[in-house]
Amino acid sequence: MNHFPTIVSRIAPILVNDIDTDQIIPARFLKVTDKAGLGANLFSDWRFHADGSPKAEFVLNQPQYRGAAILLAGNNFGCGSSREHAPWALVGYGFRAVISTSFADIFRSNALKNALLPVVVDPSVHRKLSELVLNDPAAEIVVDLESQTVQMPDGVSVRFPIDGFAKSCLLNGTDELGYLLRFQKQIEEYEQLHFGSGGIAL
Amino acid sequence: KNPSLQNGDKLAAKQIGQLEDNCREFGIRLYGVNSPQRGIVHVIGPELGLTQPGMTIVCGDSHTSTHGAFGSLAFGIGTSEVEHVLATQCLLQRKPKTFEVRVEGKLGAGVTAKDVILALLSKIGIGGGTGHVFEYTGSAIRSLSMEERMTVCNMSIEGGARAGMMAPDETTFQYIAGKEFAPKGASWDVHLKRWRSLPTDPGASYDASITIDANALKPMITYGTNPGMGIAVTEAVPDPARVSDSSERSALEKSLKYMELKPGEQLLGKRIDVVFIGSCTNSRISDLRLAASVLNGRKVAPNVRTLVVPGSQEVKRQAESEGLDRVFKQAGAEWRESGCSMCIAMNGDQLEPGQYAVSTSNRNFEGRQGKGGRTFLASPLTAAATAVTGTITDVRTLLND
Ligand code: SF4
Repeated sequence: MNHFPTIVSRIAPILVNDIDTDQIIPARFLKVTDKAGLGANLFSDWRFHADGSPKAEFVLNQPQYRGAAILLAGNNFGCGSSREHAPWALVGYGFRAVISTSFADIFRSNALKNALLPVVVDPSVHRKLSELVLNDPAAEIVVDLESQTVQMPDGVSVRFPIDGFAKSCLLNGTDELGYLLRFQKQIEEYEQLHFGSGGIAL
Repeated sequence: KNPSLQNGDKLAAKQIGQLEDNCREFGIRLYGVNSPQRGIVHVIGPELGLTQPGMTIVCGDSHTSTHGAFGSLAFGIGTSEVEHVLATQCLLQRKPKTFEVRVEGKLGAGVTAKDVILALLSKIGIGGGTGHVFEYTGSAIRSLSMEERMTVCNMSIEGGARAGMMAPDETTFQYIAGKEFAPKGASWDVHLKRWRSLPTDPGASYDASITIDANALKPMITYGTNPGMGIAVTEAVPDPARVSDSSERSALEKSLKYMELKPGEQLLGKRIDVVFIGSCTNSRISDLRLAASVLNGRKVAPNVRTLVVPGSQEVKRQAESEGLDRVFKQAGAEWRESGCSMCIAMNGDQLEPGQYAVSTSNRNFEGRQGKGGRTFLASPLTAAATAVTGTITDVRTLLND
């Protein structure tokens, strides 16, 4: 994993509440053994007609939002199934952060493990961001993990919460296993001391 | 044999093959495609006695909350966390908030555990339990069987709670006793002593709480595109014009548009195309007995395709030994091999675009049961009654016949 960068980007707004993981990536795309390529099926049923042609009215098909790395979504984003394919598809498509007033617990945890930043903001900030993007789709904002801030074009900056350990993993470009493996020697010593040479007794 | 494998679903075959290889390589016991114990993990875990009070149970599936019915802390995780657990046997967690769901009283005729959980979800909404773990308490919960308790805990995640638990009691211990992986002999006594110490202290405080009057509950059904959008089957579809919050109003409008329902419309009498009885919520033997009690001596309406899908091969064998399969087949329903089937529409069992289904599963999200399909969630009793009349039915009218 790479160090998590500061994101400077336009916003794609999908202002729908309770977007569930079945919408983010429908179950029929889960029969894969590789996470690559899932971005093509992101929001598939909202994005494409039955014949595969794009639905012009859907946000991700509108040229002004193309290339946005930040998704602005309604309340309770990512509810439903635990499929990690949801963040894989969002990242595969090119998103690096999702902004909402709340995230489902499992989705939040999955997102953080895949360098997709779940950014929680107050309803008032959410409203301000919605107005910003609807008035000026080209407006860029900054999402900075280091300072935990969202910076708007008018100079206003708001802080967002994030789990401290997840933040340090993202900034250092490591994951939890990578972090633990740094202590492999100590773990082995501990296991030797407590469980003998046979490894962990289960 | 798994039909999708025979029919050459190459992706599914590859996925299952990789699972088999990985399990073999790392010495993990697999209840695979040809195992006589095969079934939905949330059905076979308890069935085998693997689920026990006081355990911490994780699985790469959000309905792992089911196992909380035994007084275990059980929650769904994603692939990366599964990897972490397999590598280290541990998982970094922050303490969740606690949410007491107290259900007092007695359920009326025709009202089931599924109606309890759908009623809770209709009150707190799909995100109402986010960041929390539910504990279900109260006299109505105590009087539920283990299978009914699993139905309730199963859908905790539909309220946003990663886990939902119930204190273990004599009902729990009786269920576990004698199961394949249950403690035996002297070990049983040691475990029992520990299990009896697990329930929450009387008077404990919770971060949030809600009380539900079981006496007042009616058979429930969903009308929208998330499990929190539920009403009593006798009620009318809500009117967005009466919702003050603008984002909630547009969510309701979007749902009704997808479902092609009108504000104020009665669901009773609405014509249905498919009835699905199954899933990790309602595919255990007691669920099938409920459905069979309605279908016995009756016929499925000609306009309805009805699938009855047991949750495991063990449930299937038990049902067949009781003659339930004959009840279903004589009624004109399909009696199938165990599995998830139309709950998730990955094996070819799926709704056609525009079709309406009454399902005993747990999710009515857009397209969940097939692209463009529309799902009403309900109990096995309501589903069976609907299969008979071909339209959404209050099962209590059939019980009185
Ligand atoms: S029955 Fe449905 S919800 Fe349950 S495990 Fe299978 S797919 Fe998931």
